[in-house]
Amino acid sequence: MPKDVAVIGVGQSAFVRGYQGSIRELAFEAFREAMQDAAISVKDVGASVVCSAPEYDKQRTPSGLIAEYLGLNPQPTFLVENVCSSSTSGLRVAYSLIKSGLHDVVVVLGFQKMSEITSADSQERMGRGADIMFESPFGTLMPAYYAMHARRHFHEYGTTEEDLALIRVKAASYGVLNEKAVYRKPVTLEQAMEAGPVCSPLKVFDCCANADGASCIIMASADKAKEISKEPVYILGLGAATAPMNVTGRTTFSGLDCARLAAKEAYEMAGVGPQDIDVAEVHDCFTIAEMMAYEALGFAEPGKGPELIRNRETYKEGKIPVNVDGGLLSKGHPIGATGGSQVRTIVLQLRDKAGAIQVPGAEIGLVHNIGGVGIYGNVIIFGR
Amino acid sequence: MGFERFGSKSFTSQAKVAEFVDYLDKGELAYTKCRTCSQAYFPPRADCANCLGNDMEWKAIEGSGTIATFTHTMYAPTGFEAEAPYTIVVAEFGDIKVLGRMSKSVPVETLKVGMPVKVEIVKLPDGQVTYEFLPA
Repeated sequence: MPKDVAVIGVGQSAFVRGYQGSIRELAFEAFREAMQDAAISVKDVGASVVCSAPEYDKQRTPSGLIAEYLGLNPQPTFLVENVCSSSTSGLRVAYSLIKSGLHDVVVVLGFQKMSEITSADSQERMGRGADIMFESPFGTLMPAYYAMHARRHFHEYGTTEEDLALIRVKAASYGVLNEKAVYRKPVTLEQAMEAGPVCSPLKVFDCCANADGASCIIMASADKAKEISKEPVYILGLGAATAPMNVTGRTTFSGLDCARLAAKEAYEMAGVGPQDIDVAEVHDCFTIAEMMAYEALGFAEPGKGPELIRNRETYKEGKIPVNVDGGLLSKGHPIGATGGSQVRTIVLQLRDKAGAIQVPGAEIGLVHNIGGVGIYGNVIIFGR
Repeated sequence: MGFERFGSKSFTSQAKVAEFVDYLDKGELAYTKCRTCSQAYFPPRADCANCLGNDMEWKAIEGSGTIATFTHTMYAPTGFEAEAPYTIVVAEFGDIKVLGRMSKSVPVETLKVGMPVKVEIVKLPDGQVTYEFLPA
């Protein structure tokens, strides 16, 4: 079980609709919290990795601007873009920078201010996160792709709309407790089932909301972490994989191959299995995405995901608590910031500082972050 | 040039596989097949990822396929608003999968995974050309 790289600081802005500030100010909110958490100064930082899907911004090459505003000149900076999985891909880059010995401390800063553009324009940009030659001309959009996965999951395994609604009910029950979440109201099964259609079989409550937000993860070599951090959380394993962007190149629609492969790699590196995970954050941009994650991560056999949620096994008191911070469904999904927010939740859990959502005695945690509809998959396993 | 004529709204003008649009004009949905290693590609490719060759022949997708999955969307991205609602389908024709829309003449309630479909080429009033699925 490698313990070469640790997380020594985490921070997150509130995820909101219509942030009343600029992207640099948004980024700083997460950075300030993470730097105070790590109790270090900018002089300790060797490099920054800025994670964003910059088509939402007027600002070109935002890494330069963000690094300047964070006070991280003249250190090198890099922009990492893997749409919704940008900040866990940034974490992977930071891991490499540290493991290679190039830098001791690296800041991973994810941000997105989606409210600069309309929801329809946002869907158009996200639709172009597919094959623009052969898919986008049909007016494809993110919920449509996930809806097609839901349809296939229903067909193969008998999963129902109610199973998906149960996932939203769970998410909302924790979103109520999360001060940084954009959606903080409870959702009943009836509300979820009676909500208007978006892309059949997905309805309004099956979908997360766009949001503005930033996250910050500060990573360090194990030696440096021991020197400066009282409660480092180690990266035990990480996996990453891709699948064809054009869904016609996929082998299945009832799961995401990139997630399955990334999970396998992360488990092997960490030397642990699904049964060892105490708490997980999975990419629930849509309820079906969480259902497929249960199966990709081995928390349930393929097709058995619905049983987990029906039996409340993914609640805080269950066998494998998933998204007890409310998930993307409650927090909102500011593309570039999302993965970092998931990492923050797991780090707080493993430090036993997650407050009302603390899973007692959590020692090993997992983050599953997906870019596009299964184009990019990142799975990271953390331990104390 | 030529690829800008594909679909109600294309995002690409130049492509080595722009002949795809010429085949649509002729009433065929075409894929490419590598003459060197026989690998078939839909969407069509100019370059073979299997053998690195670029000697491709065009073939038509014929006969009927089956619906692998579908969704009926109430919302559309910018530029497609006037077309919503519409149904997006992935259909399987042997080893080839094709993404497209179901004809609006087909009620969505009648669709099922596994249902046989065929391809129909559609010429739009503004000179654009595309394809859609009909029950086979």
